[in-house]
Amino acid sequence: MTAYIIRRLFVAVPTLVILIVVCFYLMQAAPGGPFTSERPLPPQVLANIEARYGLDQPLWKQMWDYLVGIVTRFDFGPSFAYKDRDVNDVIAQGFPVTLTYGAISFVVATLVGVSLGVAAAIRHNTWLDYIAVGATFSAQALPNFVMAPILVIVFTWQLGWLPGGGWNGGQWQYVVMPVIALSTSYMASIARITRSSMLETLNSNFIRTARAKGLPERTVIWRHAMKPTMLPVVSYLGPTFVAMITGSVVIDIYFSTGGIGRAYVDSALNRDYAVMLGVTILYGGLTVLFNLVADIAYAWLDPKIRY
Amino acid sequence: MTFKPRFLAATLLATTIAAGPILAAEMHPVTGEPLAEDQTFVYRQLDEFSSVDPQVVEDVDGSNVVRDLFEGLMNQDAEGNLVPGVATGYTLSDDKMTYTFTLRDNAKWSNGDPVVAGDFVYAWKRAVNPELASPYSWFMELMSIENAAAIIAGEMEIDALGVSAPDDRTLVVKLTKPLPYFPQMVTHATTFPVNPAVVEAFGAEWTKPENIVSNGAYVLTEHIPNERSVREKNPMYWDADNVIIERTVALVINDENTALTRYLAGELDRTEVPAGQFPRLQKDYPEEAISFPRLCNYYYTFNLSDTGPEAFKDVRVRKALALAVDRKIITENILAGGQPEAYTFTPAATAGFEVPDIEMAAMSQAERDEQARELLAEAGYGPDNPLTFDMIYNTSEAHKKIAVAMSQMWKQKLGVEATLANMEWKTFLEVRGNQDFELARGAWCGDYNEASTFLDLLTTPSGYNDGKYSNAMVDELMASAATADDTQSIYTEVEQVIAEEMPIIPIYHYAGVYMMDSDVGGWPVNNVEQNWYSKDLYKIAE
Repeated sequence: MTAYIIRRLFVAVPTLVILIVVCFYLMQAAPGGPFTSERPLPPQVLANIEARYGLDQPLWKQMWDYLVGIVTRFDFGPSFAYKDRDVNDVIAQGFPVTLTYGAISFVVATLVGVSLGVAAAIRHNTWLDYIAVGATFSAQALPNFVMAPILVIVFTWQLGWLPGGGWNGGQWQYVVMPVIALSTSYMASIARITRSSMLETLNSNFIRTARAKGLPERTVIWRHAMKPTMLPVVSYLGPTFVAMITGSVVIDIYFSTGGIGRAYVDSALNRDYAVMLGVTILYGGLTVLFNLVADIAYAWLDPKIRY
Repeated sequence: MTFKPRFLAATLLATTIAAGPILAAEMHPVTGEPLAEDQTFVYRQLDEFSSVDPQVVEDVDGSNVVRDLFEGLMNQDAEGNLVPGVATGYTLSDDKMTYTFTLRDNAKWSNGDPVVAGDFVYAWKRAVNPELASPYSWFMELMSIENAAAIIAGEMEIDALGVSAPDDRTLVVKLTKPLPYFPQMVTHATTFPVNPAVVEAFGAEWTKPENIVSNGAYVLTEHIPNERSVREKNPMYWDADNVIIERTVALVINDENTALTRYLAGELDRTEVPAGQFPRLQKDYPEEAISFPRLCNYYYTFNLSDTGPEAFKDVRVRKALALAVDRKIITENILAGGQPEAYTFTPAATAGFEVPDIEMAAMSQAERDEQARELLAEAGYGPDNPLTFDMIYNTSEAHKKIAVAMSQMWKQKLGVEATLANMEWKTFLEVRGNQDFELARGAWCGDYNEASTFLDLLTTPSGYNDGKYSNAMVDELMASAATADDTQSIYTEVEQVIAEEMPIIPIYHYAGVYMMDSDVGGWPVNNVEQNWYSKDLYKIAE
């Protein structure tokens, strides 16, 4: 197992390098540049700016300097659009915010989703099942960009219970609506996967055997059915966790949370190359890491899997 | 109810500790209105600002913050007129090329240092320094300061810039040519002073709230990018006794509808009204929904370069298309925010600009349509030979609605087939800048309040003339306007040439359309540039 983990971590390095190279060239291929503006800069001014940021160098040189900067100084470069900050500042400010509401949303979505799915499967074809299935379908049909403004209208304007946006250092009132908006559709997916997986498990032979032995239903569910049920759920949770903690531009825009999702999309629109690359590397690294974590969890859940 | 317990607590604390003379007065010294206890102004900001460094900032949101934090030589009042800032006044030499500003002796930095002429010299040299590579260094060139262009180009030493400080209270600026609107340009953020010691000590970090030292009415106390920034009253400001707002908070809210909801929930004192919602809001909140003209235009430009379509080289086609656009439908039904219809390039709100008599403006829409049909038929286009072209705009709901309406008007009235395409902003700029289009949306906001800021766009050498319109007479007239005493007649003539040649289709001129809490006093609705200062605002007791 240890050897496997080490091997996987080694593979991560070339994966990230390829990611950086591809991203670097794709970025440069997009029309316009960081300093394209409605008021085109006089050529001399533009030349000064490009010289300052090293954008007058050939692409391979820019990329080499960039990689050297990361490895030797852990410097991911400056932000072209927000000149008072560099990429490290952008990530240091935005990522903790996103991590907070993303992790809370993940826990909420997983707990509620799994419980709902298990309950629906156990009470298959009863009113509880119908309600659960109905609720998950509606929740999935309600995208967060529709839900976010509705939440603000109801809880901020009509009821006056919660602030309509901001982060305020993560005070709980500011976290509630982002978590609801972000977790709902994931919660619905998790519930649906759990429900169908649990139904399948409950129909399998080893469960019939367990029941035939006269084991109490509780033991059948928790001791025997739960682990195999979670296999497809866990493979969904790995990438979901990364998606949630790397943020959602919708949440950041509607709730002004200042998270990294917004910064990422802005960097693409602003052609803020260094920020875009920096956040891509962060996302790439997290994706590699949590795919590994999901694989390890898999091995624990399913004794048939060996690495 | 307003949800800001922390603001409230902090403000109450601040007012108890530092109750200045103005709060004790409880009445506005000029208007006599009763003042609210909580003097906090909260407004919506569309996007995170680029910087609060005066020489680096390049966006409107950032400039609004910089105007509060720093004070330049001159300020604008509620009407947009020049009033003294750090300078008490200036004199102009006989050759109109040397300005001498006298600085007040009580101006201080927020750390207590006096503001001296050398701080301005340092800041202006910083603005043209190729090493800082300020995106607004061109503004110093536009100000015609001696040697600015050569320094930016790296051909001269920075110290050669035509600005000097013979003593701490005197700033002398040498220009390369007379520039009638020069004094107005020193209200621009790029020309604001910085504290040399602080900039040198902290380098790029000097604008962080913990490091920044500023000379304006406010200091930056908190900045959380993409969430909010807070500026609080600067007790060292020379006119602090007359500053009423204690604290200004800018909340970054990207979505205008969410911003409106939060405004209605009482979280904001000011926000923009989304397109089309003004009539409803005005009915429901007559005291709060306001609209006033602004110094910006909205137009479509024909590609008149060699790569442009043959059809647009015919003035009859251009005129026909311009005539058939029913601007009233666009301003009243689509935008519905009190925007004026446009028949000239320069907005009527521009200082010293009188809208000339344009034939098209005086006609009824039916007459315009009739003439458009005739012109297009004369040019050889009709049912058998329909005119077709592409029109592009940058992605936005409002631009889309307008483009769709225009193409429908052309189709119904003239049988013209316009194909619409929207593009993401930077792509759009690239395509338009490379003349890779047929008809493209354009908009321009004045850099200063004078018609040349608009009309210069239509001269041949202008870098912003994306349609590549070129008319020797316009070029000549605009060159002569730079030094003329009577500019109005020149601008009238230029507008008439444009109306005849129609290189662009003016659609409408912008309006500031806001929801503004009725307890906010002093908002400069008559300042068409919307250069506002928190120090001139106040909150009225409700």
